[in-house]
Amino acid sequence: MSQATESDVREDGIIESVSGPVVTARDLDARMNDVVYVGSEGLMGEVIEIEGNITTIQVYEETSGVSPGEPVEGTGAPLSVDLGPGMLDAIYDGVQRPLDVLEEKMGSAYLDRGVDAPGIDLEKTWEFEPTVEAGDTVESGDIVGTVPETPSIDHKVMVPPDYEGGEVTSAESGNFTVEETVVELDNGEEIQMRQEWPVRSQRPAEEKETPTEPLISGQRVLDGLFPIAKGGTAAIPGPFGSGKTVTQHQLAKWADADIVVYVGCGERGNEMTEVIEDFPELEDPITGNALMDRTCLIANTSNMPVAARESCVYTGITIAEYFRDMGYDVALMADSTSRWAEAMREISSRLEEMPGEEGYPAYLSARLSEFYERAGYFQNINDTEGSVSVIGAVSPPGGDFSEPVTQNTLRIVKTFWALDADLAERRHFPSINWNESYSLYRDQLDPWFVENVRDDWPETRQWAIDTLDEEAELQEIVQLVGKDALPEDQQLTLEIARYLREAWLQQNAFHPTDTYCEPEKTYRIMDAIKTYNDAAFDALEAGVPVEEITDIDAAPRLNRIGVQEDYNEYIDDLEDDITSEIREMY
Amino acid sequence: MKEYQTITEISGPLVFVETDEPVGYDEIVEIETGDGQTRRGQVLESASDYVAIQVFEGTEGIDRNASVRFLGETMKMPVTEDLLGRVMDGTGQPIDGGPEIVPDERQDIVGAAINPYSREYPEEFIQTGVSAIDGMNTLVRGQKLPIFSASGLPHNDLALQIARQASVPEEEEGDDEDGSEFAVIFGAMGITAEEANEFMDDFERTGALERSVVFMNLADDPAVERTITPRLALTTAEYLAFEKDYHVLVILTDMTNYCEALREIGAAREEVPGRRGYPGYMYTDLAQLYERAGRIEGREGSVTQIPILTMPGDDDTHPIPDLTGYITEGQIYIDRDLNSQGVQPPINVLPSLSRLMDDGIGEGLTRADHADVKDQIFAAYAEGEDLRDLVNIVGREALSDLDNKYLDFADRFEDEFVDQGFDENRDIDETLELGWDLLSMLPKDALNRIDEELIEEHYREEETAEVAAD
Repeated sequence: MSQATESDVREDGIIESVSGPVVTARDLDARMNDVVYVGSEGLMGEVIEIEGNITTIQVYEETSGVSPGEPVEGTGAPLSVDLGPGMLDAIYDGVQRPLDVLEEKMGSAYLDRGVDAPGIDLEKTWEFEPTVEAGDTVESGDIVGTVPETPSIDHKVMVPPDYEGGEVTSAESGNFTVEETVVELDNGEEIQMRQEWPVRSQRPAEEKETPTEPLISGQRVLDGLFPIAKGGTAAIPGPFGSGKTVTQHQLAKWADADIVVYVGCGERGNEMTEVIEDFPELEDPITGNALMDRTCLIANTSNMPVAARESCVYTGITIAEYFRDMGYDVALMADSTSRWAEAMREISSRLEEMPGEEGYPAYLSARLSEFYERAGYFQNINDTEGSVSVIGAVSPPGGDFSEPVTQNTLRIVKTFWALDADLAERRHFPSINWNESYSLYRDQLDPWFVENVRDDWPETRQWAIDTLDEEAELQEIVQLVGKDALPEDQQLTLEIARYLREAWLQQNAFHPTDTYCEPEKTYRIMDAIKTYNDAAFDALEAGVPVEEITDIDAAPRLNRIGVQEDYNEYIDDLEDDITSEIREMY
Repeated sequence: MKEYQTITEISGPLVFVETDEPVGYDEIVEIETGDGQTRRGQVLESASDYVAIQVFEGTEGIDRNASVRFLGETMKMPVTEDLLGRVMDGTGQPIDGGPEIVPDERQDIVGAAINPYSREYPEEFIQTGVSAIDGMNTLVRGQKLPIFSASGLPHNDLALQIARQASVPEEEEGDDEDGSEFAVIFGAMGITAEEANEFMDDFERTGALERSVVFMNLADDPAVERTITPRLALTTAEYLAFEKDYHVLVILTDMTNYCEALREIGAAREEVPGRRGYPGYMYTDLAQLYERAGRIEGREGSVTQIPILTMPGDDDTHPIPDLTGYITEGQIYIDRDLNSQGVQPPINVLPSLSRLMDDGIGEGLTRADHADVKDQIFAAYAEGEDLRDLVNIVGREALSDLDNKYLDFADRFEDEFVDQGFDENRDIDETLELGWDLLSMLPKDALNRIDEELIEEHYREEETAEVAAD
């Protein structure tokens, strides 16, 4: 997290009472949302309520053993993050303390208390190359230079948004630490590579625009049926065990964003470890570099302090906005927003606030919409364009989507990927229910797919949707009378829909090839099934019995397209075989 | 250490005391009643002029004249390797009449969170000898895998079977004797004396006791005590795993009783309740227990947890199983219908899940065909299950040949694969071969989840021939 640099240190207070993560202090001179250090161990906390001379603080660390009478020290600054080169490849806790540095400082595998660490390495030097020279005029937000941060990403150094800007008096290239001045302005403002920003306020932008480009995820069911736009918002609700985390991991791995910010909010420790171990070894499908080179991880596992869980989504989105300002497309995954909402509820109940629905605070909906509104496709103040896409997992209790967090989220987000426990039970993964899910971006993204993939993308997709819809209706009848009682054309539809489900919608995240499916392949699998469909219905009309059509040898090969690396050739052969095999029947 | 006789209020498990000196949050307290009994408790809330204390052993007999001593430290567990073989009550006092415990160290029972950066991802297969677990929902070292059960089901037998049979295949090859050893920590919360006897008898019968540490909080012990029993158990487990290199299996039963105790304290403190009256912080509280499973980079040992919980009304949307499922890495469902069919252990594999399975199986870990066989069995069994509903309406004759095969598959899967009895120990090869026996009932091209080469290698041609000849 950001170190308090302000000289505005205020008067200390005295702890009045301690109850779990909530501490009250007497005579503390602090503003709302200021960061304070609590007790003799200096535990970090944030002011959340002021009443008379009693200040209520939520503490980001375990409070065992803290007693009344100990001092509370104000910093005079709100909870902020350090922004600058060194954030990619990093793994932070909920208040941007780097976990690897903490391990070193604490000398233990356990998280100790009262240890602070800056969010970015203050000692490390970076190679700065200015893009402005003396005499140029710069305004706030403008890019003044670049730093090759990782092989994938050039970090752009910007004039902090709260600077006025002016004429450049000096700009030097060379190696600097993040705190050294790299560019000076005539009004005396000095620009360093590092800047701070309070996590709870949105970074300014010129204008929010309508997104028109999809965030390609490499997942057939998402790209094919329920695409999300760059700058869009999506929710993935689902009961436990339905594959939320795997879906989030898949997105973090394969989404075609420039930067990925992954927020593990109340996640399992072992799952975070999996990400930490896997990502450095995985290759970014676009640049070929390590995936970690474009990723910033925030890990606040479920057993880490609850107040830090509340702040971790803000830390994440502030970092995402900073990269957006450089003109990058950023994707933020928050897993899970329900844990964040529960952290709010827990703190609210410790404050004895009047509860709203199911004990959640009345401001739940406001906080959720504030957060999701920070996503979008933006015209930045430095005239670059960048986007922040937010994909939030939701963990509804008992898988019941009518609970407050899911409902309030659905009112805001435009893409809804409903995970289904039934599908997960039969190991249909990703277990995204194609009847319940929706994407409101579909129409505005179609032009992109038409231009970049195939002209008939929207029509073919509509055919797939219709077939799946029809299957859902027929299944109800089948449940009553059995499949054989249906007319032949309906039996054939069921068979085609089965291939859509098994060969197209299902995708094996653990198979080296199938785990990522480019839009072209998504289209071709869908189209291959349609080829079979068209040939089969022609044959049926010509009087061929349905059993013979569905029994052809080539059809089951549809299920194997996903795992083929050279899929084009495979599909060409397969389509030929299917049509010729069916042709021979009449 | 200051002593007070200033109790102002006693309510349920809570005692409020006026103080004139600051007392640390979570500190341990001793209360001495008029008749000389000593009770222990913990500070739940500390203000400058009063503290709220939660008394572990119940507040019965405490009056306003009782004297209260603040020990100036948080709750500690004395740990040593000599704890192996010992039986303690729910507060960590020995009840087996053995010698006094001389601790090597005293560790805080509220374990600090493991830095996710320091963890090592668990991927070592533990063979439990139970096909429904090993084959379909594999357990790995460092995992937390709860058993979701309900009243009247044999979850204890399953837990005992796992404790008895659990091994790591490499261990069987010998020469690992002085390497990492296996230990079982058993934390009982609010179980009946009869259940406790069942566990103890089994431990003694199989000689497992000498590599076990037992913490017993029985049904008639104070409920509040239950909130510390699992913490004592896990502190001991962490010590043995990360400082003494043991592979520790922690069995916690019954988490439902633990949560009831949390609710009781929450109610006594007049907290704003969450779902069904359970406190709003129950998720955080449970996470602080379950997340203490795992492996740490650079350490030999591991902590694997099998918490058992009985779902009130068999309802897995009840807050206790629900919150548990969101924290743990999967779950094993005990099924009432299978139980009444006499399947032992009555594990329903469909809703069961092991999240760490995919990285713990496969070539070099179990067998190359494991993942595909598992996927195929799941798909086929789910298909058979679905068809059962239909058969009830239209009868078997109305179904196609293939559908009939799926139905037979589902029946044989339950009777042969799942039902193995509580005393049979199957190794992973046996389990997978049995899987192939069953899958070979289905025609080859129905096996769409399995790699073609694996089908060639394992598929039993003769089985289908038999079926065709029928």
